[in-house]
Parts: sequence; structure tokens; C-alpha cells
Amino acid sequence: MDFFAPVIDGFGTVLEPGNLLYCFIGVLVGMLVGVLPGLGPSATLAILLPLTFGLEPVTAIIMLAGIFYGAQYGGTITSVLLRLPGEASSVVTVFDGYQMAKQGRAGTALGVAAIGSFIGGTAAIIGLTFLAPLIASFALDFGPPEYAALALLGVTLVATISSGNKIKALIAAALGVFLAMVGRDVFTGTERFTFGNLSLGDGIDFVIVAMGLFGVGEILYNLEERHRASAPPKKVAHVWPTKNDLRRSSGAIGRGSVLGFLLGILPGGGATISSMAAYGVEKKIAKEPSRFGKGAIEGVAGPESANNAAATSSFIPLLSLGIPANATMAMMFGALLIQGITPGPLLVSDEPELFWGVVNSMYIGNILLLIMAIPLIGVFVKVLSVRPAILAPITVLITLIGAYTVKNSVFDLVLLVVFGLIGYLMKKTGFEPGPLVLAFVLAEMLESNVRRSLLLFEGHLAEVFTRPITVSLLALLVVVVVLPMVKTLLDRAKSTPVSKEEKGLHV
Amino acid sequence: MMSNPASGEPIDDLKLEEAETPDELLALWEAEGPAPSGGIANLVACMVTGALGVTGMVLSWNLGLGSLVDPGPGFFPFAVALIAAVLSAAQIFLGRRGGDGEKFTSYSTMVVWGVLSLAIFVALLPLIGFEIPSLLLSFVWMKFLGGETWRSATIYSLLVVAAFYAIFVAALRTQIPHLF
Repeated sequence: MDFFAPVIDGFGTVLEPGNLLYCFIGVLVGMLVGVLPGLGPSATLAILLPLTFGLEPVTAIIMLAGIFYGAQYGGTITSVLLRLPGEASSVVTVFDGYQMAKQGRAGTALGVAAIGSFIGGTAAIIGLTFLAPLIASFALDFGPPEYAALALLGVTLVATISSGNKIKALIAAALGVFLAMVGRDVFTGTERFTFGNLSLGDGIDFVIVAMGLFGVGEILYNLEERHRASAPPKKVAHVWPTKNDLRRSSGAIGRGSVLGFLLGILPGGGATISSMAAYGVEKKIAKEPSRFGKGAIEGVAGPESANNAAATSSFIPLLSLGIPANATMAMMFGALLIQGITPGPLLVSDEPELFWGVVNSMYIGNILLLIMAIPLIGVFVKVLSVRPAILAPITVLITLIGAYTVKNSVFDLVLLVVFGLIGYLMKKTGFEPGPLVLAFVLAEMLESNVRRSLLLFEGHLAEVFTRPITVSLLALLVVVVVLPMVKTLLDRAKSTPVSKEEKGLHV
Repeated sequence: MMSNPASGEPIDDLKLEEAETPDELLALWEAEGPAPSGGIANLVACMVTGALGVTGMVLSWNLGLGSLVDPGPGFFPFAVALIAAVLSAAQIFLGRRGGDGEKFTSYSTMVVWGVLSLAIFVALLPLIGFEIPSLLLSFVWMKFLGGETWRSATIYSLLVVAAFYAIFVAALRTQIPHLF
């Protein structure tokens, strides 16, 4: 029972009324910003990050969990009502969700999506509760070489699994690591790349980079995209699924939850792959596959359960190894660092209260999401019917004022606008901002462990081969980086035009 | 939302309703999406990242690379800048036909004005507080970038600034500079 004592204690903290209130606010604002067309979970987290500053660490995490789940669900709402997926993982929801909306069953689609998300998410948290401490205890023996290999793997996997051009993603990742080098070198105290600017002495703030690239960058991109045709939101009625709907979806929810959990642990596009896999599975085992794409409820239930389960299980590598598996996790990683919490194997043993605070707040966030999503759907439809021309300046002002309040620094605002412009230009030129932000977050871990390893090996790189875990991780890295590169070269040789399937998706 | 702010033409709602199957939908998204940028955009973008890489290498070199036994402060940045430079060079060649990203269109000028308005906001904020810059920014984004009418842009801008004042100054008491 020793295992459960801190888990139960953690619930005590999370269930304090003040903390519940912050979780509630988190889910609400997460959904409100998440439904704004074009703003996916990463952008929503980036814009709302300053809200959690100045709170107690546990309270801040609880609020973040709320924002995280709210933002995830926000993407589902736009998929169903506007046919605009908030992020890649809710693309497949559009296929049947929007068809259901056209048939006047938008409410049912959203209701089933909320229930599926809740079940998938909760199942994944239960898995995480048992699995994360196990992996963390295994990783306790890791030394600098293992961490260096792990961080390198984290950066390259996300860069190469991402949709779009892999080489450009790797270039973005390399530049992200370089940007993080600005400021004082922790080993020697030397100022690096500050050009004598005092404001850069402590380095560039992660929050500013993320808010600029994800927040302002997306808003600017949407300014240009807004003229494009978009359907008015579909009417929503009958939010509560009928018994028949639930019976049809229950199998899909179960299968989606398991699939999502398993695929979500893998770094890279866990949630995206799992939602597509879940859709494929449902279509394959259905008695009438022809119903899919025409409003089949399983086509919403399966992928939505899967992407929420995957979004949750991607917390496992973050909390047990300290490796964010995707851009959204990079945002959570940065947010936790700001609260003085370093996600990693030591977290569960050294600071069990915080670790279980994080895990338990996810249970609560998920429950609150279920409770709030269905009754509030009407409110979100109202938000969606506000013209983007009016919403855009509001979101940009929230971002600007939020970024200012981080350190009350005008210099940060200058950086914010610069990174916003960079984020926009990256999107236009086919560089994804996700790998840059992720690499920026992992850079410190990567550099310090590489340098420590070199000191440890006394310059003899061959010493790496005495460490089996490092060798396996590096071997995996070669497979992951070399194989896609070879594939790219082969594709180019055939000179097939680049698929634009993933176009129009937002971070 | 129902009309094109640039031309005022009603949107082809019929086309939106046509897409029935996932395949048709993906095809429609492809058709609706902007054209991919060409080889020149790839060349320019990768020359910029390549130049950043080379600059990074030079700056890192000046910091001192140290040795494998005792890496200096410039060692690691040099390595990542080298990777960025090499990959950019490779991409200049591999991407010479273009195909990534999106073409800049006449709508891209809206982003120029957007960035300019943000820069003006940041420049004015420490001098005269957030109220007037916010009002200007809202108005410009609503009227000129969003195609709202004079009346609605004026009313909504005033409402937005009043709401922000209530939230960030009166309620949350943030340190944001303010006139009143």
C-alpha cells in the first residue's frame, strides 16, 4: 500500500476548493482560446502560460492540466462545427464529425467526443500512474551519456516524425538549440552571443520564444488566411447521445483508448498517428464500412478517445525521463520548469507531492472537461460566431500583455514580435516551429550532458561502447534519422510532388 | 465571415457542401490551400538559415572550442551551427524544385501591416501606457485588416480596451504601464 499513500495524499491537495477553482478556470479558458480557429493546443498553452505565473506550483500545474485538456477539446469543437481541425490529431474527426453536424447531429458528435476523450484520457492516466514511476526508477541509473543520447533522440525524433519537410525540421531544431545557447554558459560563466546586451545575459526566455512562434506567429498567419472560405458553424442540438449512439460508440471508445495509450508513448506525432490508426481500425472492423465518411459515430468516438489517450500517455516520457514527446509536451515541459519543477526520473522519488500533484490534476482536469464540455457547447458556438476580425486583435493583445507581465520587460515584447514574425515566415517557408521550440527546451539538457560525458570519457569517444543503453539509443537515432533521409532522397529522385495532405493544419 | 472581406463576394458555399468523402475533403483542402512555394523561396530561406549557421560557427569559434577532453563554451554551439549550415546547404540542393511551404500572396501584405502595428504598440507602450496603443491596434486590425465597418470597429475597439483595463489594471493589478 506504500505505493498508493502518496497518490491518495496527492488527491487531497488537488481537491482543495481553491485548486479546483483554478482547474475549472483552466478548462474554461483553455476551451475558449482553443476553439478560436487556427489556434491549436500548443498555441493556446503558449498564449495562456502567463496566467499560471505567480501561483503556487501545485495550483499552477492543476490550472495547466485544465488548460491542456480544454485546449485539446477546443480543437475537436472546431473540427465538428467548422470543419477546421485545431491540430493534426483531430483531422480524422472532421471526416465523420462534420458530416454528423451537417445532418443536424453536431451535438451528438461533440457529446460522444467528450465522453470518448474522458474515457481515453482517464484510462491513459491510470496507465501513467503505474508506468511512469516504473520507467523513472529504471532511468535513475542513467548517467550523462544516456541523457545526452536521450535528449538527442527526443529532438531528432520529433523533427523527423513531424509532417512536412524533415530536413527543414532538423534545421529548425538545430537553430532552436543554438538560440538556447544565448546567455551565460553554465560551465564557464562566459557570456555567449549576447553582444553586450544585458537583457540577454540570462538567455532568451522560453515563454517568449513559445508565445512568439506559436502565439503571435499563428495569429499573423491567420490574418492572411482569414479571407479563405469558411463555413458558418453548424447548429447544435441534442448534445446528449442516445442509448443507441452510446452502444455504437462504446466499442470504438474502448479500442481507441487502448490504441491511443500505446501509440502515445512513442515520441513524435503520437496523438496524430493514433487518431488515424483508430479511424482505420474502426472502418476495417465495421459491418458497413461505407457508412464512414458519411457521419458514422464510431468515426468520431474512436479517434477522439485515441487522441486524448495518446495526448495523456505522452506525459509518460515527459514525467519519467524528462523528454517531451511533441510540441505540446514541450510547452508543458517549459511551463513546469518555470514553476521550478524539473520533469525527469528524480521527480517521483524526490518530490512525490509535486509528481502526484501533476498526475492527479490530470484526473481532475479530465473530469471537469467532461462535466463542462457538454453544457457549455452552446457558449462555444457563440464564440465561433464572433467575427475573426474582432477576435484577432483581442488574442494578440492578450498575448502582448501576457508576455509583458512575465518579467515586466519591454525588451521581451520586442523579442515576442520578432519571434512572431519568424514563426510566420517559418510557416510560409515550410519550416515547422514545433521542432524549434522543442529543441530549445531540450538544449540545456543536451549540451550539459554532452559536455559532462566528454569530461567523463576524458575525450575518448570509444568509451561510449561500454554503455549499452547509450549505444542502443544512438543506434535507434541512426535508424530514425538515416531512414527518413534515405526515403526523402528516393522520393526526390522520383520527383513526385510533395503531398499537401497536412496543409492547413495548425500547431 | 460569410463574405470575402477583400472582394465582398459571397463565399461559394456550394463548394463547401460538395465534399462528401474523406478523400474529396482532402482534395478540397488541397485545392483551397495556398500553392506551395517554389524553388526560389526554398533557396532564399535556406540561404538565410545557412548564413545563420555560418555566423553561428564564426561566433562560436571566437568563444573558443576547447578540446574533446575539455570542451570550451563555443564547442557545442559550433557543432549545432555546423549541423544547421550543412543541412541548409543540402536543402538548397534537394529542395531546388520547391514544394514546401506556401507562396506569398497579395494577402501577405496584411501581415506586414500587422507586424508594423505590433512594433508601434511595443514602441509606444513604455511611453504612454497601454490604453492608446491598444485602441489603435484594435482599430487598425478590425477596420483595415479585418474589413469591419467604421462604426463596429470603433465600438468594439473601445469595448476591448475598457475590458482589458478592467481585467489587467483594475482586477489583476498587473504592472502593465497605463495612463489612467
